[in-house]
Amino acid sequence: MPRRTSTTRDGFAVLAVAIRREPWIFTVSTIGSVLFGALTVADAWVLGWSTQHAVLPAFDTGEVSAGVLWAVLGLFVGVAILRAVGIVARRLGAGVMQYRMQAHYRRAVTRQYLTLPMEWHQKHPTGELLSNANSDVEAAWGPIAPLPMAVGTVVMMVIAVVQMLLADLVLAMVGLLVFPAVIVANLAYQRAASPLMTRAQQLRAELSEVAHESFDGAMVVKTLGRESEETERFAAKAHELRDVSIRAGRIRAAFDPTLTALPNVGVLVVLALGVYRVLHGQSDPGNVITIAYLLTIVSFPIRSLGWLLGEFPRSVVGFDRVTAVLQATGEMQYGASRLEGTGGALLEVDHLAYAHEPDGRLLDDVTFTVTPGRTVALVGATASGKSTLTSLMTRLVDPDAGAIRVDGTDLRDLAKGELARSVAVVPQAAFLFDDTVRDNITLGADVPDEEVWAALRTAQADGFVAALPGALDARLGERGTSLSGGQRQRISLARALVRKPRLLILDDATSAVDPEVEARILGALRGGVGGGNVDDGGGDGGDSTLVVVAYRKATIGLADEVIHLADGEVVDRGSHVELLDRSPAYADLVNAYEQQPAGEAE
Amino acid sequence: MSTTAATRESTTVDTGEQIPALETIRRGVAVSPELREGLVGTFLLAVLATIGQVVIPIAVQQTLDRGLSGPGGEPDVRFMVEMGLMAFAAIVVTGVASYLMTSRLFTTAERGLATLRIKAFRHVHDLPVLTQNTERRGALVSRVTSDVDQVSQFLVFGGILFVVSVLQIGVATVIMLFYSWQLTLVVWICFLPLFLSLRFFQRRLSDAYATVRRQVGIMLSAISEPVVGAAVVRSYAVEERTQKRIDAAIAAHQQASTRAQGFTAFSFSLGGLSGGLANAGVLIFGIWLGFADQITAGEVIAFAFLVSLFVMPVQMGTQILTEAQNAIAGWRRVIGILETPADLVDPGADGQVLPRGPIDVEFRDVTYSYPGGPDVLHDLDMHISSGTRVAIVGETGSGKSTFAKLLTRLMDPRLGAVLLDGIDVRDIRQSSLRRSVVLVPQEGFLFDDTLRANARYGRLDASDEEILESAMQLGLADWVDGLPRGLDTRVGQRGESLSAGERQLVALLRAHLADPDLLVLDEATSAVDPNLEMRIGRALERLMHGRTSVTIAHRLSTAENADEVVVVDRGRIVQRGPHAELVAQDGVYAGLHASWVAQQGR
Ligand SMILES: Nc1ncnc2c1ncn2[C@@H]1O[C@H](COP(=O)(O)OP(=O)(O)OP(=O)(O)O)[C@@H](O)[C@H]1O
Ligand SMILES: Nc1ncnc2c1ncn2[C@@H]1O[C@H](COP(=O)(O)OP(=O)(O)OP(=O)(O)O)[C@@H](O)[C@H]1O
Ligand SMILES: [Mg+2]
Ligand SMILES: [Mg+2]
Repeated sequence: MPRRTSTTRDGFAVLAVAIRREPWIFTVSTIGSVLFGALTVADAWVLGWSTQHAVLPAFDTGEVSAGVLWAVLGLFVGVAILRAVGIVARRLGAGVMQYRMQAHYRRAVTRQYLTLPMEWHQKHPTGELLSNANSDVEAAWGPIAPLPMAVGTVVMMVIAVVQMLLADLVLAMVGLLVFPAVIVANLAYQRAASPLMTRAQQLRAELSEVAHESFDGAMVVKTLGRESEETERFAAKAHELRDVSIRAGRIRAAFDPTLTALPNVGVLVVLALGVYRVLHGQSDPGNVITIAYLLTIVSFPIRSLGWLLGEFPRSVVGFDRVTAVLQATGEMQYGASRLEGTGGALLEVDHLAYAHEPDGRLLDDVTFTVTPGRTVALVGATASGKSTLTSLMTRLVDPDAGAIRVDGTDLRDLAKGELARSVAVVPQAAFLFDDTVRDNITLGADVPDEEVWAALRTAQADGFVAALPGALDARLGERGTSLSGGQRQRISLARALVRKPRLLILDDATSAVDPEVEARILGALRGGVGGGNVDDGGGDGGDSTLVVVAYRKATIGLADEVIHLADGEVVDRGSHVELLDRSPAYADLVNAYEQQPAGEAE
Repeated sequence: MSTTAATRESTTVDTGEQIPALETIRRGVAVSPELREGLVGTFLLAVLATIGQVVIPIAVQQTLDRGLSGPGGEPDVRFMVEMGLMAFAAIVVTGVASYLMTSRLFTTAERGLATLRIKAFRHVHDLPVLTQNTERRGALVSRVTSDVDQVSQFLVFGGILFVVSVLQIGVATVIMLFYSWQLTLVVWICFLPLFLSLRFFQRRLSDAYATVRRQVGIMLSAISEPVVGAAVVRSYAVEERTQKRIDAAIAAHQQASTRAQGFTAFSFSLGGLSGGLANAGVLIFGIWLGFADQITAGEVIAFAFLVSLFVMPVQMGTQILTEAQNAIAGWRRVIGILETPADLVDPGADGQVLPRGPIDVEFRDVTYSYPGGPDVLHDLDMHISSGTRVAIVGETGSGKSTFAKLLTRLMDPRLGAVLLDGIDVRDIRQSSLRRSVVLVPQEGFLFDDTLRANARYGRLDASDEEILESAMQLGLADWVDGLPRGLDTRVGQRGESLSAGERQLVALLRAHLADPDLLVLDEATSAVDPNLEMRIGRALERLMHGRTSVTIAHRLSTAENADEVVVVDRGRIVQRGPHAELVAQDGVYAGLHASWVAQQGR
C-alpha cells in the first residue's frame, strides 16, 4: 500500500539514481533542452524584430537594405541551427543516458545471475530472468527520455510564474490553482495506474516464462501433439496482459488530455475573475491578459511534465523488480586458501548432510575418503543422491552439516575459482554452449590445439570432431543440437579432461554412448588415471583422483573401491567383488542385467 | 532466404528484415484484423481532437483580445461569457475526443497485438524441430515478447496521428495558398530538402532499428544460455568469461540503440531547421513581393504566423515517422516468424486417420541429411510388422535418433517415404499421428510444474487414480509412493529438481498415459539404475502387447529381449534379426555384444 501513495516520490527517486550516475550527460541534455526552450522564445523575438526592422520599414519606405535582409536570414537560420543543436543535444543526450543506464543495470543484473546460488536459480524461471534483464530494466529507465524536456521546461514555468505573481497577485494565485489541480490529477493517475502497471510487468515476465519454457520443450510439445494446449497456456497470459494493458491505457488516455485541459480551464477562470476585477477597478485589462498568456505558456511545461509522470508507474515497478534481483542475497562466500598440491588430490567427505528441502532428508551422514590417485565408484539406486553429492563436491551447493575437504582444505575456505583449477566434473546431462567445438572444450582457457585433440582422443570424440566441417572450429548450435546424444556427452567429457584436473568427477558420464565406445573411453581413462602412464593420448594427467558415479559394472570396474550409497548414508564400501559377496542389495542393483528377465521365467 | 533450398525444409526463421515498411503494416494488419476495427470512428475522433487543439488557443485569444477591451475600453462581458463558454465547450469536447481516441487505440492495439503474439507463438510450435533448434531460444522469446511490445507505442501514438499530421499539413497548405501562392511555394521549397532527405533517413533508421531488435535477441540469448547452464558455468568457474560475453552483447545493443537514437535526433532537428529557413524566406520574399505590390505588410505578418501551423504537423509527422521505424523493425521480426514456412504441413481434415491397434511401419528408400550436412541415413528400407518389439542398436552418431525422428515425423525424409499402416506419414492428420505415435526423446524435458501436471501432459484428462495405476503398471509405484509429496512433487525447471533417472521415469509415465499404438523409446531409461531399468523393461514388455514398439538402447539387455534387433551402422542397416541369430553371426552386433558381455562379466 505505501507503494501506491508514493509512486511519484519513488519515480523521482529512480530518476535521481540515474542523474547521480550520469550527471554530465544529464547536464548536457538539459542544457540542450533549455537551449531549445530559449530559442523557441527567441524565434518569436526574431519574428518581432524582423517585423519591426525589416517588414514594416520596407513596406513603408518601399526599400530595404541587403544588410537587413541578410540579418533577417541570419537571425532565423542562426536561431534554427542553435535550436537544432538543442534538439540533438536533448534527444541524443537523453538517449545516451537512457541506454547507458540500461546497460549498467543489465550488467549488474546479469552479474547477479552469475553469482547467486543454484538454489536461487531453481526458484526463478529463465524466462522471468530474461524479463528482468530486458523489459524491467527498460521500464525502469523509460522516464529518462522525457526527463530533459521536463526539466528544461520547468525553467520556463518558473519564469512565467514569477511574472504572473508580479502582474497581479490575486489573479496569479487563482491561476496558480492549476498546479494543485495538476497534482491531484497526477496522484489520481498514479494511484489508478500503479497496480495495473505492476501487474502488467509481472505478466510480461510470466509471458516470457511460458514462451521460454515452451520453446525449450518444443520437442516434447510436438511429440505429444500439445501445440494447441501450449498456445492456450500462452494465450491466457497474453490475454490477461492485453486486458491489463487496455485498462492501464484507458487511464493514461484520460490523464494526458486532463493535463492539457487544466491550464486552458485555468485561463478561463482567470478571465472570469479578471473581468470582475476590471469591472470593479481592482485590476486593469493588461494584467489580466498577461496572466492569461503566461498561463497558456505554462501549459506546455505541464504537458511535458505529464509525459514524465505518465512513465512513472511502469518505471517504479520495473525498478523494484530489478532491485529485487540486485538485492537478492545468498551468494557464496569464498575464503582465501589455495590448492598448491600437484598430482592426485585427497578428497575427504566428512559427516556430510544435505537436503534440498528444509524438512527433507537426502544425504544424512556421509563419510569417506579418497586418497590421491585412487578411483572410487559411487553406486546407488536412482535418486539416492549421487548427483547431489557431486554438486556438493564441486561446491555448487554447500552442505547443511559436515564438510568436504580437498587436500585437507574445506571447500568453503578456498578462494573463488580455486576449486575449478583442481577439480573438474562431467555432469550427468551434458550442457554445450552455442559456440565452436574448441571453445566448448577450452571454455576460453588458453590451451593448445594438441591438448584439445588429446582430450578428444581420450573421450573417443576425435573421430567425429575431425569429420565436422571446420573440425575444432565447427559451431555446435545452442545446447549442441547438431550433435547426437553420445557425441554431446563426449565433448562434455573432453572439456573436463583437457583441464587435467587433480580430481575428476564423472557423473554417469557415459550413459549415452554405446558399449564399444564406452569400453574404449574407460580403457583410456584407466590407462591415464589408474596406470599412471601419463601420455597415452589422454589429456587427463597421470595420477588424478577419480570419482565415478556409475551403475554399470564396466564403469565400476574402473574403481579401486566402491562406495554404496543408500538411504542417505554410505551403507557399504570395499572392492566390487567384496561388495558383491557380502551385500545382496548391491548385487541386486548391479547384477540386474544378468539376472534373466523374471517376467519371462514366470 | 527460404527459397535457396527449395527442395529442403528451410531451417532458419525468417528475419523479416527485407519486408518494406508499408508492406509490414499491411501484413501486420492482415495478421491482426482487430487493428482495423472502428478505425473510421477513431480517425474522426482524432480529427476532432486535433481541430480542438488548434481552435482552443484561438478562442482563448479572441476572448482576450476582443472581450477585455471592448468597444468602450470596458470589458465586453456578454461577448466574453459567450466566447468563454464556447472555449470551455471546445476544451471539454477536445478532451473527451482525445480520451476516446486514445483509449480506443489502446484497445484495438492491445487486442491486435495479443493476436499477433499468439499467432507467432503458435507458429513457432508449428515449425519443424530443426528450425526451432537453429534459432536460439532467447531470440525466439524476444520475438513474441519485446518485439511485440515495441509495436504498441506506434499503434497508439503513431499511426493515426501521422495521418492526421499529413492532413494538417494539407489544410495548412490550403490556408496558406489562400493568402499567397508565392509564399506557399517558398515554404514548400524550404521544406523540400527535409522531405527529400526523409527517405534517406528512413532507410538508415530502418537499418539501425533492425540492428537494435536483432541485438535484443542476441542479448537475451547470451543471458539465457549461462542461466540454463549455470551448473557448468559454476563448476568450471568461467563466470568471468561468460560475463564478458554478456557484456559484449549488452554493449552491442547499447551501441545500436544509441546509433538509432542519433539518427532520430538528427532527422528530427532537420524539421526545426527547415522551419527557421521558411520563416526567413517568407519575410524576405514577402518584402520582395510587397515591392511588386502583390501583398500587404499585414498579410506577410499573418503568413509568418501561418507557417507555424505548417511546421507543427511537419515536426510531429517526422517524429512519428522516425519512431515508427523502431516499431516496424519489431513488427517485421514477428511477421518474419509467421512467414517462415511450417514445412511439416498438417494435412488437417483432408488427412487420413490411423486406425487404432498396433501399427505397421515401413521405411521406403529413406535418405536423410541435416541441412547443409552429409547424408546421415542412406536408402533405408525396412519393415516392422505390427505388434513387434524392435530394438535398434548401433554406435553413437550412427543415426538412431534420426531414424526415430523420421518415424514420428518430427522431420520429413529428403528422399523416400515413411509409411505407417501403409499410409505416408505426410498424409496422416497430425492429431491422429500424435495420438497414435509417441516418442520419448533422448533428453527428457519436463515442465516447471507438479509431477501430476507433467504426467497429464500425456493424457490431459487423466485422474490421479489413472496416473497411479499407470505408474503401477510400469513398476513405478514404489517410487511414487516414496516421494514425500507424491503427485504434488514439483519437478522444477526442465525437471531439474528431480534426479536424472527420475526425469526419465516421468517422461515414461507421460508416454504410457498417452496410450500410443506405436511407442518409440530413444534411450528412455539410460539414466535409470539397472535394477529399475530391468523392472521397467519387463513391465513394458507386458504393456506393449498389442502395440508396436521401437526401442533404441545402448544397454544390450534391451536387445536381448526384443523380438527383433536392427543394427544401424553409419546410417545403414547392417544386420537385423532376433538377438540369438545375430550374436551367432560375424558382424557389428557380435562386436557390440562382446563389449557388452565383457563389461558385465566383471
Ligand atoms: N534441486 C532440487 N530440489 C529438490 N529436490 C531435488 C533437487 N535435486 C535433486 N532433488 C531430489 O534429490 C534426490 C536425489 O537426487 P540426485 O539427482 O542426487 O539423485 P541421483 O542419485 O543422482 O539419481 P540418478 O541416478 O537418477 O541420477 C531426488 O529425490 C531428487 O528428487
Ligand atoms: N540437428 C542436427 N544437425 C546436424 N547434424 C545432426 C543433427 N542431429 C544429428 N546430427 C548428426 O547426425 C548423425 C546422427 O545423429 P543421431 O542423433 O541420429 O545419432 P544416434 O545414433 O542417435 O547417436 P547417439 O547414440 O549418440 O544418440 C550424427 O553424426 C550427428 O552429428
Ligand atoms: Mg544423478
Ligand atoms: Mg541418439
